[in-house]
Amino acid sequence: MLLVIWTVVSLVTLLIEVVPGDPATVILGETATQEQIENFRAKHGLDRPAFFFSYGGEKGFVWNGGDNRYADYWLGLLQGDLGTSFRTDRPVRDMIFERYPSTIKLAVAAMLVAIGIALPLGVLAGSRKNSVVDNLASFFALLGISLPTFVIGPFLVYLFAVQLGWFSPTGSLYPEDIVLPAVTLGAALSAILTRMIRSSVIEELGEDYVRTARAKGVSERMVLFKHVLKNGLIPVVTILGLQLGVLLAGAIITEKIFNWQGLGLLLLEDGIGKRDYRLVQGCVLVISVTYIIANSLTDFVYRKLDPRIRLS
Amino acid sequence: MSRLAYIGFAIAVLFIMAAIFAPFVATHDVAAQDLAMRYFPPSAEHWFGTDGLGRDVFSRVVFGARISLEVGITVVVISAIFGTFIGSIAGFYGGLVDKFLSGYVFNVFLAFPGLLLAIALVAFLGAGQGKLIAALCVIGWVGYARVMRGQVLKVREYDYVMAARALGASNLRILFTHILPNAIQPLIVQASLGMAGAVLSEASLSFLGLGIPPPAPSWGTMIEEARQFFATSPHILLFPGIAIALTVLAFNFIGDGLREYLDPKQRRR
Repeated sequence: MLLVIWTVVSLVTLLIEVVPGDPATVILGETATQEQIENFRAKHGLDRPAFFFSYGGEKGFVWNGGDNRYADYWLGLLQGDLGTSFRTDRPVRDMIFERYPSTIKLAVAAMLVAIGIALPLGVLAGSRKNSVVDNLASFFALLGISLPTFVIGPFLVYLFAVQLGWFSPTGSLYPEDIVLPAVTLGAALSAILTRMIRSSVIEELGEDYVRTARAKGVSERMVLFKHVLKNGLIPVVTILGLQLGVLLAGAIITEKIFNWQGLGLLLLEDGIGKRDYRLVQGCVLVISVTYIIANSLTDFVYRKLDPRIRLS
Repeated sequence: MSRLAYIGFAIAVLFIMAAIFAPFVATHDVAAQDLAMRYFPPSAEHWFGTDGLGRDVFSRVVFGARISLEVGITVVVISAIFGTFIGSIAGFYGGLVDKFLSGYVFNVFLAFPGLLLAIALVAFLGAGQGKLIAALCVIGWVGYARVMRGQVLKVREYDYVMAARALGASNLRILFTHILPNAIQPLIVQASLGMAGAVLSEASLSFLGLGIPPPAPSWGTMIEEARQFFATSPHILLFPGIAIALTVLAFNFIGDGLREYLDPKQRRR
């Protein structure tokens, strides 16, 4: 995991090198004086070599020593410093962690929505295979998977904000304003989960221990909730962890639709929109690392839940 | 194959035809603006109505299919070839090579959540169709590589591969004539699901303003432009939205259908 995090950070650090042209000119504009550009480059370390060595044309590879931007970024990072914004001169860390909680809040709410829809629907569909409920659930799942967030979002806004007036169309002023973004973001996940839980329940219902329980006269409800669900939900936990990444990326789109002041909007509007490359680096880094850590946690929980994996 | 797979196939053919023959299918010029005809609902003249600049939505959706499928097919072909190549190397050579590729390289690419790597790449590279395709390939190839690696690992243990080796066939020959053809089926499934993913990703990036810049009629861009006027003119958003959903659905149906068909264990259920 640490090796992966190291590589991800390195990639993000070096991404700034692929920007066509000079970031300083891009940000200060064509009218900037040479002095302004040099000041800017010095302030953000852009006048220093990018990496430990560089390719100097005829000279071949040139060793730049430890005094380079890549090392700078890492040194800063180890001290919890993500650099200074190219635009606002504020520490990128502060800008990100102002917004971070609202994105996590949105992602968690979306996950709860997804579980809240998928669990009853998936169990119902799985325990009554090929019934009307099952077919309806399958149809709903297909709809959720194929309809993009940016179609569901405006539709929900129209229905519940414009027509019914239950929620505000955008923003995050009131606590209930999280409902529409959370449903929008959670829709696709709930569809995937419904399918997962359904097939998981069907598979577990065919196991021997279910037959044993039934033979012992355990009620169908007890079989379903006490035996089947306990085992059937284990693979679902893994999917939840993996889907968190999709959720975090999807949050960028959802935040744009609802003008939700989270990390995604920061990345899109202040970062990419204003070409604040330092901020883009920080956002991509924080989102990726969050995802990697969440995945490792899922792995851990999975091992705890399923003793068979722990043993092997 | 399941009925759904056939439905998916029919929808896909319909969209591919629309994309190929777009100039004949479209009823109006995609770029022609008519400011006197803004936000008109669907009518006999404009089947899907007109958008905020008085452009014909039907023609734009038809030409949008061209962009979507062009991007989708290019991304699938490039990432499938590259992924298959890397995946077969990992599976065939095994050992340290496999450890490095599947244990490290694959994980690095999977460590970026969903679209984020593509968004980051486009943010630094700039927008445009070529760069969009490049970014989607960067996130797409790992899926094929993983499938291919697993297949090669399985197939290379079969007796006929050992027989070929005993006959003195070279590694390359074994890989290309014996292992690849037998490992190709799951790749087709992956390609079909990958097509759905690529179409959705292109639309998402275009929606975020990071894909194909306007005035090109990308479905994602059309939805972004139509968003504010959804309450008064829902048709401008609805038709490209339905187009995306149908295309994604079609390729998902085909992928799922093929997977069930190719996996006898699932077929019996």
